[in-house]
Amino acid sequence: MRFVFKTSYDQDLGLFRDAVSRNWYVVLLAGLLVLPWLAPNYLGDISLVFIYGLCGVSLMVLAGYTGLVSLGHAAFLGIGAYAHVYFAQTLGLPWVVAIVLAALITAASGVLVGLPALRMTGVYLTIATLAFALIIQEVFTHWEAVTGGLKGRPVDKAVIFGVSFGDSRAFYFLCLAVLIIGLWLTANLLRAPTGRAWVAIRDSEIAAQSMGVHLAVYKTIAFAYSAALMGVAGALFAHKVGFLAPDIFTVLLSIQFLLMVVVGGLGSLHGALFGAVFVALLPVAISEARDSLPAALGQLASIFGRGAGDAVAGTVDRFVKQPGLEPGIFGLILVLFILFEPLGLYGRWMKLKVYFSMFPLYKRATFRRQKSYMRSERLR
Amino acid sequence: MSAAPPFFQADDIAINFGGIRAVDGVSFEVEPGQVFTIIGPNGAGKTTVFNLVSRIYDTTQGRLVFRGEDITRVPPHEIARRGIARTFQNIELFEHASVLQNLLLGRHAHRRSRLLEELFFLPRVRAMELAHREAAEKVIEFLDLQAYRDSLIVNLPYGVRKVVEVARALCTEPALLLLDEPSSGLSVEETEDMAFWIKDIRDLLGITVLMVEHDMSLVSAVSDRVLALNYGRPIATGTAREVQEHPEVVKAYLGG
Repeated sequence: MRFVFKTSYDQDLGLFRDAVSRNWYVVLLAGLLVLPWLAPNYLGDISLVFIYGLCGVSLMVLAGYTGLVSLGHAAFLGIGAYAHVYFAQTLGLPWVVAIVLAALITAASGVLVGLPALRMTGVYLTIATLAFALIIQEVFTHWEAVTGGLKGRPVDKAVIFGVSFGDSRAFYFLCLAVLIIGLWLTANLLRAPTGRAWVAIRDSEIAAQSMGVHLAVYKTIAFAYSAALMGVAGALFAHKVGFLAPDIFTVLLSIQFLLMVVVGGLGSLHGALFGAVFVALLPVAISEARDSLPAALGQLASIFGRGAGDAVAGTVDRFVKQPGLEPGIFGLILVLFILFEPLGLYGRWMKLKVYFSMFPLYKRATFRRQKSYMRSERLR
Repeated sequence: MSAAPPFFQADDIAINFGGIRAVDGVSFEVEPGQVFTIIGPNGAGKTTVFNLVSRIYDTTQGRLVFRGEDITRVPPHEIARRGIARTFQNIELFEHASVLQNLLLGRHAHRRSRLLEELFFLPRVRAMELAHREAAEKVIEFLDLQAYRDSLIVNLPYGVRKVVEVARALCTEPALLLLDEPSSGLSVEETEDMAFWIKDIRDLLGITVLMVEHDMSLVSAVSDRVLALNYGRPIATGTAREVQEHPEVVKAYLGG
């Protein structure tokens, strides 16, 4: 077990716990930098993980840190995507200007949603964001001059300062860079007074207010910042999918984002990223399994004879080709997480780390939840 | 009114909840450096008076004056900046944050950094964060919370949470500290500790304390003046002893 010896207050202000953990992140970054040469066939999927990671961080700020659950984040993604494409292609502005303008416009729309949110809490707020998402989807459909309506809108490859990011490897690095910048800015806010005010609002509005936190201001900042991140993610997403249509930004996508932060673990940036990996790669894993699982299991069963092998392969094949398998598995996993691991993948990860760092002395009871009837436990 | 304005004055304050007049024409003055206690049976309106003073509720009538300024209509988030901090009867800590983070949030009224600076965590923000940390550490030392600095609130026992809440209020560097039933839920020893701390807060930090309390041993130990309420009306003021022996107070507590 490692104990961090602290000798200055500065150590608590760093982005990383200590040098050892920072070095692990450096290793991770190095791994991500060479990954395009190791897994060239999966670059598109991994770029999507990065984009979803940004979305996860965005929703984590709002839902995980400020405690405002939104079911309308796909709308922000859409606003960012359409705005970026409009500025970059219709108006011909430079890419960087377009993405910044897209972020600003999305932030403004976030403020617009945030204003009524100041008077609503809990599930009512969630319903309001849901309504917002539905309205925005209608806007996407009918505002044909900008969005191209139902016919959709093709998106060119990203060209930044004359350099084309059309190649999947270049786009991978672009997404990675934007994600890292987004994470850095968010981590900065979270370790500063603004982040503490958000957490305070989440845990007790009345106490936050009595300590001098202006609730309306900080909730609005949370909405604006979260929406701005989503806008940036939307711009990248537009390049990723290459074609924008209103039916991409549905409520189902919003639900997927929410699933991401819940499965990842509410209240941590790690959780947002774990959730993004999960949500973006599960469909890939399912389709892989769909192709290879029947043959593989058939092979395994054929040790009992050729007939058994064929029968197993056929049955498995019929099962994995069922329509609706993917949402079903998503739902099942969400239910299992809420039942057995409310802290999400990040909670599981922490437990794993504690297990290894305490190895022979680990006790199951360490993480057993206590029955308690104080305010927090009743509500959460 | 005398030439020198009172340190804190509630002048004939009242509030209606629908048809119920929870607080009905309460007036009192708190002198600087005092521990002023409000007592009364359940439902007497003690906590409501607190919520009026910390501006969570709007008064229906009357005036609140603090250090010569009318604060009757000051918004609640502005109160901490004016130098009034409070604790809550049922503990309103930020449960999924560490003790240190709770105390740092107590420094929020002293925030000087701007959003854009924080976004890039400029050196100025770092310097200010370090200053906040120093201030929080002083409070940690004052209330002996070193052992709990990095624990999450959810993992702390009730008695410690109570102290952390006082610590968070002290971090705002108040001139007037409102303590809402500081001893509720505490053991006998913890209540005695709390009495020492309240005296220290008054004598060493020079902070005026306005307190709502049930525990008469704590009230007698620390209070300079006591106000008794019943059904939202003041029934007696004076020293702890005078109020306890006041026939109206005895009647309010024992019936008859």
